[in-house]
Amino acid sequence: MKKIITLLLVSLLALSSLAGCNKPGEPEAKTIKIGLSGPLTGGAAIYGVAVKNGAELAIAEINAKGGLQLEINMQDDEADATKADTAYDFLLDWGMQVSMFTVTSGAGSGVAPRYDEDHIFALTPSGSAPALVYSDTKVYATTFQMCFSDPNQGVGSADYIKEHNLGTKVAIIYKSDCVYSTGITQKFVDRAAEIGLEIVFQGAFDDSSATDFTTQLQGAKAADADVMFLPIYYTPASSILKQAADMSYAPIFFGVDGMDGILTMDGFDTSLAEGVYLLTPFAADATDDATVHFVTEYQKAYGEIPNQFAADAYDVVYALYQALVAGGVTYDMTAQEIADILIEQFTTMTFDGVTGTSVTWAANGEVSKAPKAVIIRNGVYVNAE
Amino acid sequence: MAFLSYLINGMGLGSVYAIIALGYTMVYGIAKMLNFAHGDVIMIGAYTAFYCLTVFKFSTFTSILIAVLLCTVLGILIERFAYKPLRKASSLSVLITAIGVSYFLQNLAQILFGTNPKVFPELMRNSTFSLFDGQLTLSYKTLLTIIVCILIMILLTIFVNKTKTGKAMRACSQDKEAAQLMGINVDNTISITFALGSGLAAIAAVLLCMTYSTFTPTLGSMPGIKAFTAAVFGGIGSIPGAFVGGLLLGIIETLTKAYLSTQLSDAIVFMVLIIVLLIRPTGLLGKKVHEKV
Amino acid sequence: MKKTIRKIFDKKHISRTISYLVVIAGFVIIQLLMNTIGIKSLFRSLLVPTCCYIVVALALNLVVGVSGELSLGHSGFMAVGAFTGIIISGLLEPYLAINWLRLLIAMFVGGIMAGIVGLFISVPVLKLQGDYLAIVTLAFCQIIKSLLNNVYLGVDINGLHFSFVENRISLAQGGRMLLSGPMGAIAITRLATFTAGFLLILFTLLIIYNLTYSRFGRSIMAARDNRIAAESVGIHIRNTKMLAFVISAILAGMAGALFGLNYSTLQPAKFDFNLSILILVYVVLGGLGNMTGTIISTMILYALPELLRGLQDYRMLIYSIILILIMLVTNNQTLKEKTENLITKIKSRFLKKGSVAHD
Repeated sequence: MKKIITLLLVSLLALSSLAGCNKPGEPEAKTIKIGLSGPLTGGAAIYGVAVKNGAELAIAEINAKGGLQLEINMQDDEADATKADTAYDFLLDWGMQVSMFTVTSGAGSGVAPRYDEDHIFALTPSGSAPALVYSDTKVYATTFQMCFSDPNQGVGSADYIKEHNLGTKVAIIYKSDCVYSTGITQKFVDRAAEIGLEIVFQGAFDDSSATDFTTQLQGAKAADADVMFLPIYYTPASSILKQAADMSYAPIFFGVDGMDGILTMDGFDTSLAEGVYLLTPFAADATDDATVHFVTEYQKAYGEIPNQFAADAYDVVYALYQALVAGGVTYDMTAQEIADILIEQFTTMTFDGVTGTSVTWAANGEVSKAPKAVIIRNGVYVNAE
Repeated sequence: MAFLSYLINGMGLGSVYAIIALGYTMVYGIAKMLNFAHGDVIMIGAYTAFYCLTVFKFSTFTSILIAVLLCTVLGILIERFAYKPLRKASSLSVLITAIGVSYFLQNLAQILFGTNPKVFPELMRNSTFSLFDGQLTLSYKTLLTIIVCILIMILLTIFVNKTKTGKAMRACSQDKEAAQLMGINVDNTISITFALGSGLAAIAAVLLCMTYSTFTPTLGSMPGIKAFTAAVFGGIGSIPGAFVGGLLLGIIETLTKAYLSTQLSDAIVFMVLIIVLLIRPTGLLGKKVHEKV
Repeated sequence: MKKTIRKIFDKKHISRTISYLVVIAGFVIIQLLMNTIGIKSLFRSLLVPTCCYIVVALALNLVVGVSGELSLGHSGFMAVGAFTGIIISGLLEPYLAINWLRLLIAMFVGGIMAGIVGLFISVPVLKLQGDYLAIVTLAFCQIIKSLLNNVYLGVDINGLHFSFVENRISLAQGGRMLLSGPMGAIAITRLATFTAGFLLILFTLLIIYNLTYSRFGRSIMAARDNRIAAESVGIHIRNTKMLAFVISAILAGMAGALFGLNYSTLQPAKFDFNLSILILVYVVLGGLGNMTGTIISTMILYALPELLRGLQDYRMLIYSIILILIMLVTNNQTLKEKTENLITKIKSRFLKKGSVAHD
């Protein structure tokens, strides 16, 4: 009984702290508020942290110029769609005017319809699933992508393997509970059937078995696969490379953009990745001015080499900045007014960043970047064309 | 030949499950609690060994020794501060506390070590050899894992059956009060059990990381659940049960992946578990509990 | 009339009355806040999930607290309810425009499906005891999740298309996928409302209290406290426990349907073992068999990580520490005695004052 009353009092306290109203007459806004959510804790936190770092670096640079001031608020969603939903509401309360959407596809597909309904502009750095920009029945007007989409990568990879005669028998290892991985795999398989690429083995794994690949590798080896397509992130990919080497199995490995980052993994033996192909919009060792500047600044700030998530986030902030300035957005505009301006800007402008030059966006929100294949030689990316 | 190599790989995986399952089973046997934090002790063991090897550049043996010692101490500390005050509380309260400890260790590791996956340094090079004219390729790591597991089982069985402490452990697991009356220090015995289980967790950690190379703060959670399943499978509380359960679970998992379906392997593994428990309700080697009227 | 009033406030039923009052008061306060000064969007978005978790926690308490069996599989029932609900609502959408009716049907069918799965599971589960039972429910939860991860379901003008493990569905123009394997359901029409959640909690309380205060309730508690004695007085333990288990599954399924229809995307991975554990934590902290406690502890514990949002990286660490401390404090014998002494002291002082005033 006493317990109940104490609990009641505590809950009332909790309630009162949650309730509140949007006070009128807030101090005049001096920044554009950019919100986003991503995994800052949990298994996918590495992507969230990279995006956070990249975005904060860009914002620090932009704010130092003294022009339009930006402010960022990143909420943790643990790459979970329902948590992203809550984070979205938190950001609404905070007064988000523009959004960087979510870091992961799984979380983003949950909030995409809400951005559309509430008419808030959102540009995701790394959510590559089509479900972020359109569904079976409708195109979300306000959501845009900075990274190339999954179908694009699946088709691109199949074409590349076929055109360059990398091999005749393809094995695939993919992550069955990941929107990104299954999305690419499906397109790859469809495309392979169209162009006559033989797939001899398909092995799946999920979160609970993301470390042990010996069985799948043995299956692929038994099927005599000479190319192994890995539409997965680099953490499991590094284990696959290692375990394949352990069993003296050496097909040509072909990864997609998630493979990026494998060379900068703490303690990874880069010789294992020798000869691996991957698709990436960003190579940290490129020599153009923009990339060099970004990589050195990033290293100065965070002490590590940026991966493509950080690069995409960096570009997202600059693309938003470019559009905000070009559209003449002011601090006091509502999110909906800004959305109208940004939609018009993004469908008409071209953008140059570290992950691509002359980038444009289609009306449905997809980016025009083409997947580019690179091969790893002596521990660096070399253009594979 | 392919079957044989799947089988041996399954045994390798199963050996790791078995070593982890020992931690669950011994603690369950004596304290009658599910130590959910056990999987996270494995993770701490992995990070300790990793930092010893890479940052402090200790030798392999020293690093493993330090990891084992640290996990042992951690196991004792967890028992002292989180579980001991609850010895008289309901088993559910202890379960929730164990979950709390598990969350705590995981999140602490995320803050201390970061969420980026780490790559475990290579401990054995050139690690494969062929049999039957190259038809069967095996890795030394797998064999080493199996041998270590068997060794641990033998040593542990001797320890539990022959030494005074081992006998005290068995006495405590049968009847704590009677054991106390016979002059056994129950608190110390429970601490020793935790220490032993946690020390083994560190060895499991090194074996896991050696084979799978990358690890994160969530390293322990999935092997933890699987090993827990293995412990139940073999009959929780029974040391040979943990060995048999772990080995079988590893083999079943590998074979289903190889011959049935990689997507459905989890479903099939758990289905087998349910069927086994229906036929033998206390696991394969579990003791039948007689109800007192 | 007098008799009913007395019945509401007599010692035996007071806890039941308090439960209803807490729920109704909570609803009224929140509604008032919403309609007057307004509440934060964050809080508004927490309302429906909180209601769902409360219902699942209550349902789990029926199994763990009242029936005395540890189940780690309730997230599986939630998953069955959620995806059934989403499919039903998706199928009915073109034919039935009334949202609340569609939600009701979805919840009803979701509950029934979860109940059927629960019945199926309870047969093997209730043959086992203690921790073995717990691991089997956990195993079923994993199996359900794993199976759902492989189900593909689409609808177009030609009807329903189903495929397992691999997606072989090609839909005609205008068709859409209802379930796509690990990606789950995408672009769900959000139907769930706070009022529906509130009504579901009331419904759950009604069912649980009517069960526990009936002959069934007495026999199930007898079976929990002393199995052999209960058996000897002619209680059919298997059937009683099975009934409790199935009803619990139905309620969890209904909550799952409401939960699923509160989001625009839902993935099977959401309903993993951790969710079961989370709900178990609510139940244990609220008190086994104590329904009001369950409601309140769910409200606090679900909101806690969200309230700690400001602390960023440290929030889950702090959450875990709070969890351990609560368990240690509530089970601390000396502390318990001290608080009890304090309470009796305060009580006696107040009572004294009261009696003086009367004189």
